[in-house]
Amino acid sequence: MAGAQDIRRRIRSVRNMEQITKAMKMVSAAKLRKAQLKLNAARPYASQLQGVLERLAQAPVDIVHPLLKERPVQKVVYVLITSDRGLCGGYNANLIRKTAGLIAETPQEVKLVTVGRKGRDFFRRGKIEFLAEFVALGDEPSYNQAKQIAQEVIRLYEQGEADEVYLLYTEFVTAMTQRPTQVKLLPIKQPEGKQGKQYIFEPSPEAILTTLLPKYVETQIFRTILEGKASEQGARMTAMSSATDNAKDMIGRLSLAMNRARQAAITTEISEIVSGAAALE
Amino acid sequence: MAATFSLRIVSPEGNVLKENVEFVVLPGGLGELGILPNHAPLIAGLDVGVIRYTLNGKTNQAAIAGGFVEVVDNAAVVLADSAELAEQIDVKRAVEAKERALKRLGSRTNEIDLQRAEYALRRAAARLNAAGDKK
Repeated sequence: MAGAQDIRRRIRSVRNMEQITKAMKMVSAAKLRKAQLKLNAARPYASQLQGVLERLAQAPVDIVHPLLKERPVQKVVYVLITSDRGLCGGYNANLIRKTAGLIAETPQEVKLVTVGRKGRDFFRRGKIEFLAEFVALGDEPSYNQAKQIAQEVIRLYEQGEADEVYLLYTEFVTAMTQRPTQVKLLPIKQPEGKQGKQYIFEPSPEAILTTLLPKYVETQIFRTILEGKASEQGARMTAMSSATDNAKDMIGRLSLAMNRARQAAITTEISEIVSGAAALE
Repeated sequence: MAATFSLRIVSPEGNVLKENVEFVVLPGGLGELGILPNHAPLIAGLDVGVIRYTLNGKTNQAAIAGGFVEVVDNAAVVLADSAELAEQIDVKRAVEAKERALKRLGSRTNEIDLQRAEYALRRAAARLNAAGDKK
């Protein structure tokens, strides 16, 4: 059995770790709340934009736009949204595993656009070509960052570097549950026009569509990044919470072992004294 | 009481404004666009500029960086890339942005940079306009 001194040292180091994981847990809980607020704040805009798109579709004109047009698929681009930092449980690993599976299943030529350091670092070791990478989005990604990514993705699509673009991200379900998810970003699904009111379009449905579609892509990317951020913080909070629990358990077990070791040492000492005294008699 | 309709300004970062207003002037792509209650259904593109809205007889302003407006059922929803009410505008930042953009426009660079600088300049000018007229 290890000496009481060694065990005491281990307890101290585990306790330090516990303090760190506990602090990280609380920090990520606060960040999670912020991320959720941002996610909710982005919702009205996204749904309104979707609504305008649907109402455009019912306009008495043919809706034709490069971003809506389906092409024979030869090149597929996956946009992988991961975090920049680790210590968030299986958050990145789950998504990367799903991505690797998808890439293996895709018969077409696959290229990647990565958002976040973790995804980039993982796939950099492989053979897959990167078309673009974005890192260091920070804890509160701004719409402008999403816009930059969207512009790059649209450029790739328009130049024929990609015939289909998918977003791979982690959907935020609850703080405990996050789901790796895949959505098709481009070409944009032809919106279904419902019959409704006759709108005046100014300057013209086509002109509005041309400015609206890129924004639609931007909001999609923005939303998935926010979902990813919220998921990341949720995953981190859960991971840190269980790490804290584990550390507590470990401290309990170690204290028990330490007490036992101390007791054993005392017992040995007493029996030495007693036997010493007995030897004198 | 004057007739009103609901005006909502939303940006990707969140709701900016939700009020019942009497009149609103929007920076339309083809020129200013005035909306009164019971307007016909309309979807229009918006330019960088200033929104003026009349609330209880008083005119307020907001700056937007382009977007759309949808008017239907006596409600106008402005979808803006970014939007700030006059009192939210960081004047110092806008002044700095304006100077930066002007400097960049002054130095000869390539086409895209010029476009970007011009766009930044227009946004800064819109912010200053919206904030300035209030005082």
